[in-house]
Amino acid sequence: MGLGYLLKRLAIMVPVFFLVVTMVFFMIRFAPGGPFDGEKAVSPEILRNLNEKYHLNDPLLVQFGNYLKDLVRGDLGPSFKYANRTVNELIADSLPVSLELGVTALIWALLIGLVAGGLASMKPNTVWDYVPMSFSILGICLPTFVIGPLLVLVFGIWLEWLPVAGWDAPEDRILPSLTLGFAYAAFISRLTRGGLMEIRSQDFIRTARAKGLSEARILIVHSLRGGLLPVVSYLGPALAGIISGALVTETIFNIPGLGRFFIQSAVNRDYTVVMGTALLYFTLIFVCNFFVDIMYALLDPRVKYE
Amino acid sequence: MKPVLEVKDLVAHFYTRRGVVRAVDGVSFTIHEGETVGVVGESGSGKTVCQLSYLRLLPEPPLRILGGSALLEGGLDLLKASPNQLRSIRGNRVSMIFQEPMTSLNPYLTVGTQLCEPLQIHGLLSRKDAAIQATAALERVGIADASAALKRYPHEFSGGMRQRVMIAMALTTKPKLLIADEPTTALDVTVQAQILQLLRDLQKETGMAILFITHDLGVIASIAHRVVVMYAGRVMERGTVDEVFYQTQHPYTQALLRSTPRLDVDQGKLSSIPGSPPDLTRLGDGCPFYGRCAYQRDACVRVYPPLRLTPTQHAAYCHLEGLPR
Amino acid sequence: MSSAVVVAEKGNSLWDDAVARLKKNRLAVFSLCLLAFELVICLLTPWIAPYGFEVQDLNNTLSGPSAAHWFGTDALGRDLFTRVLYGGRISIMVGLLASGVSVIVGVIYGAVAGFVGGKLDNLMMRAVDVLYALPFIFLVIILMVYFGRNIVLMFIALGLTQWLTMARITRGQVISLRQKEFVDAAHTMGVTGGTIVRRHLIPNALGPVIVYLTLTIPTVVLEEAFLSFLGLGVQAPMASWGTLIKDGVDVMEIAPWLLLFPAATLSLTLFCLNFLGDGLRDALDPKGAKD
Repeated sequence: MGLGYLLKRLAIMVPVFFLVVTMVFFMIRFAPGGPFDGEKAVSPEILRNLNEKYHLNDPLLVQFGNYLKDLVRGDLGPSFKYANRTVNELIADSLPVSLELGVTALIWALLIGLVAGGLASMKPNTVWDYVPMSFSILGICLPTFVIGPLLVLVFGIWLEWLPVAGWDAPEDRILPSLTLGFAYAAFISRLTRGGLMEIRSQDFIRTARAKGLSEARILIVHSLRGGLLPVVSYLGPALAGIISGALVTETIFNIPGLGRFFIQSAVNRDYTVVMGTALLYFTLIFVCNFFVDIMYALLDPRVKYE
Repeated sequence: MKPVLEVKDLVAHFYTRRGVVRAVDGVSFTIHEGETVGVVGESGSGKTVCQLSYLRLLPEPPLRILGGSALLEGGLDLLKASPNQLRSIRGNRVSMIFQEPMTSLNPYLTVGTQLCEPLQIHGLLSRKDAAIQATAALERVGIADASAALKRYPHEFSGGMRQRVMIAMALTTKPKLLIADEPTTALDVTVQAQILQLLRDLQKETGMAILFITHDLGVIASIAHRVVVMYAGRVMERGTVDEVFYQTQHPYTQALLRSTPRLDVDQGKLSSIPGSPPDLTRLGDGCPFYGRCAYQRDACVRVYPPLRLTPTQHAAYCHLEGLPR
Repeated sequence: MSSAVVVAEKGNSLWDDAVARLKKNRLAVFSLCLLAFELVICLLTPWIAPYGFEVQDLNNTLSGPSAAHWFGTDALGRDLFTRVLYGGRISIMVGLLASGVSVIVGVIYGAVAGFVGGKLDNLMMRAVDVLYALPFIFLVIILMVYFGRNIVLMFIALGLTQWLTMARITRGQVISLRQKEFVDAAHTMGVTGGTIVRRHLIPNALGPVIVYLTLTIPTVVLEEAFLSFLGLGVQAPMASWGTLIKDGVDVMEIAPWLLLFPAATLSLTLFCLNFLGDGLRDALDPKGAKD
């Protein structure tokens, strides 16, 4: 994998990013309704002033051009709903919360998924296989918005072991991150099991045994790298899924993160905030996919990106 | 000549849902220092399973070893050895190379890593010395620019080159016995000839014994000193190449030879063996070749034929007293 | 594996083999039966539902499961069982229609790319690669928020999130089939292009498309429920399983059955759809199937 490929990959992000900006911008603007519609006590004059202040009366293309100019400087503009606050500030407040939630969920998913899948692959068709794989079917079939409330019901309301909402104490993190990570733990455990079993049936594992290697060395040196490739290539979609799943999780557990903020702003028609958060999401997912691809190429010497 | 490996009455069956597959059923043979023994048979005759079973390279279960012995030089019985003893022997005193050079090397590791592995794990050499040894081994099997090759991955080599890498890997530890499982089958004919020549040369240098598994009688004729003919998990005939090829004792061997084009004998028309190999889950008490044999008798279906030995140890399992020419 | 070979020797078609293999997969057959049952019940809901959709039993609000109300009642005294049935109609309809949209778009796109080939194919597939990286669900959310929670718009939007893989699969099939001998044979026998597509390519490419379709339906059902859960999908007084789950979450401390029944129904349906999809894949692709 050459440096040229990496640069090309990054270069392709620019037009795609522009496409996304354009799409979201005009989608929002052509939609009926405006940011100040909901406010009752707004006289036509104030409304005009507000529109004037935020340049909403300019021709759309001019507004778009100005937005792009600001965007290049990294300025996502002022919020329409939160007076005197910029979108950058609002994101700076809520993004760390969402990142913490997402990263914790991903750590759960990898930890549970790799261990369960690894055990299952070493002892197929035993209890070590059946129990985690049955759980993983649950994880795949139960969506986040079912698992979350169920966990709250059992551990929060019935057993009263864990808090049901909020984001202050460390124990507040447990249920939300488990909720968000569960489905991915399930997928990762299946991919791990499948990947490792597939590798174990390969001729080169027989070669390794014929060389007199110990089972531990066969697992660590000869199987893990190839066996975990399916997990690595799943990390891209998993990260995207965790980011969108966070919308639900933050709603269920009342967490002041980016997801809840995104939905609220969309409902409030807070144009700049919606734009800003959506662009942030796209960028996050692009960057994650980019790194996943690099990781894949590093792990599999046969992969060559032109 | 000292025997390197003596396999006696080896019985190994697979216990599957479809029934018991009698994959290896009373196999005996011996291989001595510096000699090449060819094991021939159709696919499914158990020639590979037999070798893998006493090296304990097959998962148990479904395989179960039910009897016999496999004595290495020095008296260790592989069938009774502990996992640790087995590991210290595999890739060290007994090495193995496989049919598919494309898939038998790990695609995720460099050739160097894989080549040094046997030396390192058997505690023979340090990492640094192992790399030097590995370079020498690669050079010996005819790979140009060996030190650069160590840093490359298997997919960057051609099939013949990969088989050379496999051979180099098997020989770094200077094994007493090399088991070669159809090492040339997947290669084209010119490369095949080169690999056979390489094995012959290496044998002359090291004095190792080679157990050569193949279905190709031509390859046997060119490399082996002695032959074991297998069918349906059993030995049909064994002897020197000349004995088995020119004083054939068993109807199966005869049929096999008649179905192979030869330059040394005028065969007339080539004939294929009628019928198909028996279902290994449903073998009776008699000779497994009974249904396809041109000389079948009543005894053949009921009683497994006794071993008949000539004074030169040329042996066949057949009720027939002397095969009609 | 060996049994499959025997069946094939009898001269059965690909589809007969597939049916035979599917029948052996008990979990898939069970899933199919359950889904068929669910589909029939949902179609017949207006006639068989025990209560009207919005009939309130004000003496019986938030009551637990009973003989009169199998799944209990909600805060307005409406029968949950009835609402789950009606919700199922919406969820299943959105699932089927949105998947239909994804199949139409994906198959046409993929078939064109595969059939025309060359530069156009290259360009079209590059576009797909790029689009893969976009998290469509965010666009759908924005769309739903700004253009009202219109159900037609929803299934079109959801369908458009799912066509990429379908396009890739179709293209791959078309390309591999174009190179097969029987297509050449048909060409040499003077069969026209249109007939080749109709008689040879479509039936052979259908298998993978159907498999992926069965796996798309649960994804779309899930996405609809996801949107509805966030309050961005189906709007009251209509209900889907997603909105029912959301309503259930609001009262789960006092009436957990309002969460549990819709959640169980949705999960069971997703479970069946996934298993049916897996079963079909194994049945239609014997090489990929486990022994």
